[in-house]
Amino acid sequence: MSPNNTVSKLASWQVGKNLLKVEKVTGGYGDMEVLHEVSIEVKEGEIVSIIGPNGAGKSTLMKMIFGLLRPWQGHISFNGREITGLEPDRIVRLGLCYVPQIENVFPSLTVQENLEMGAFILDGDITDRLERVFALFPLLKERRKQRVGKMSGGERQMVAMGRALMLDPKLLLLDEPSAGLAPKLVEMIFEKILEINKSGVALLIVEQNAKKSLELAHRGYVLANGQNRFEGTGKELLNNPDVGRLYLGG
Amino acid sequence: MKRKSNPAAAQIERRARYELGLRGLKKALGALLLAALIGLLVWAARIQGTSAELLLSLSVWGVMLGSIIALGAIGLSLVYGVLRFANFAHGDLMTVGAYAAFAIMPLLPQGAPLAPFSFGWEFLVALLLAMPIAGLVAFGADRVLYKPLRRRRSSSVILAMASLGAAFFVRSIIYLAWGADFEFYYQRPRPALELPLGVRVRPDQFFILGLALLLIFLIYLLLERTKMGKAMRATADNPELARVTGINTERVILWTWVIGGALAGAGGVMLALDSSLRPEMGWSFLLPMFAAVILGSIGNPYGALVGGLIIGVVIQVSAAFLNPAYGPGVAFLIMIIILLVRPQGIFGKPGG
Repeated sequence: MSPNNTVSKLASWQVGKNLLKVEKVTGGYGDMEVLHEVSIEVKEGEIVSIIGPNGAGKSTLMKMIFGLLRPWQGHISFNGREITGLEPDRIVRLGLCYVPQIENVFPSLTVQENLEMGAFILDGDITDRLERVFALFPLLKERRKQRVGKMSGGERQMVAMGRALMLDPKLLLLDEPSAGLAPKLVEMIFEKILEINKSGVALLIVEQNAKKSLELAHRGYVLANGQNRFEGTGKELLNNPDVGRLYLGG
Repeated sequence: MKRKSNPAAAQIERRARYELGLRGLKKALGALLLAALIGLLVWAARIQGTSAELLLSLSVWGVMLGSIIALGAIGLSLVYGVLRFANFAHGDLMTVGAYAAFAIMPLLPQGAPLAPFSFGWEFLVALLLAMPIAGLVAFGADRVLYKPLRRRRSSSVILAMASLGAAFFVRSIIYLAWGADFEFYYQRPRPALELPLGVRVRPDQFFILGLALLLIFLIYLLLERTKMGKAMRATADNPELARVTGINTERVILWTWVIGGALAGAGGVMLALDSSLRPEMGWSFLLPMFAAVILGSIGNPYGALVGGLIIGVVIQVSAAFLNPAYGPGVAFLIMIIILLVRPQGIFGKPGG
């Protein structure tokens, strides 16, 4: 599919302004080049899904956006500001929060303490924010005093997402939010993602569960071997026979 | 069975129950092992003809020694958790604290001893000043030594070696300034109190124990109730996630050094009050501190407290039948046993 084609189809609902812009980013670990001129965009209020086979560079791209890895070439901007190579604790102040794939909670802290850490950069009262997260995840309110290390995978994922929502981000990066969860919980997490999006937060999601994440995304990108392969609306990608054959297992 | 259960779910449940049982068994085994160790110690002491009274006294002194070890071990554990390296200079921070108080005391007006203790007000003031001094020395070492290494993303082995160098450096300066002789805060006689059951304790030792417990309580409040304390625990859990969360990890590191250094400094002053000052005092205390940290699970400050108390008691009680010079050896033995049997420590999760 030629990119020109997609652009015209997208135009009808491209209402939000550009939030995240990754332009021709190249980089990796040590001498190993993982990403080759990758470009993606997220607009306000959008859910954007990145799919692709293992080792395509999806998580690397997340880390690079969030300042954990410095790109060798290319630019990343957020809300009109260049954030290439900025430290993570500066990036969160701009309204961009990140939930890593693994080890995304503080196990020896309680649920509430985990959430409080999410608002570390704020001075003053955070009760309102806590209540908002508890409203989204009522289970967390019940267990607010429990140490997260003793909780199940699904509960940890809720804590991790709640933590990242404490700062009221404009854009939330989720790395494999459904990895390792039972089917029922996967369903629940995807419902919560929709709910978060409805409250006005844009989401950029990396997922193994490609079909499901494209069904829910406004737009999607297919990465392979560290390069852009396909892009389009979620529906377009789902209906694209090449994408289906290569990446959706059907 | 009426309910059609999912075989996979049933298997997961069985597995979970099995693991829960296994964990309980391991916990019981650990407690049994510890009890056996203490029983063995008491038995060995009795065979050597140690009286029950002396054993009790030794245990009380062990708790006191343990509280000093714990002060050092809590800081060591915090530093390990937040910065992820073994700080071999932590013992010498104790020495810094002890000598800082020693240097300050002559500058202050000398008061009469605060009965029943052997020390006067000037000692308390010197102690209060020695703590921030040791904290600042720790922080200063971070600025000139560890921070540049951190910036270069040096491995934890390099950082540990750097701390070994810092330990030698600090000790050499103390040798240069005060010499190798034993020094004392006071040359006064220090009679022991006769307590019921034949326990003999000096009033100073009660002061040491009380102050150690107070400091440990304050650390507990700091870690549980303040934002910075929670951030310290969060960073110790997972430094990378702490950065991603927006926690200013450099500020957390600053406070970790200042608090760890101040605790070590207080421990050094207490150790010197109980016996004497010498340049090697902190260095030779490093082994019991590491043993306490490993026993109580690396990175867990509360574990370090429990580990410190256990190591203190074991060292003192073993003195009933061993030459006291072997005290650190006993700590070393415990450390090896723990590393072999339960490397994650008492409070650690397997593989965690």
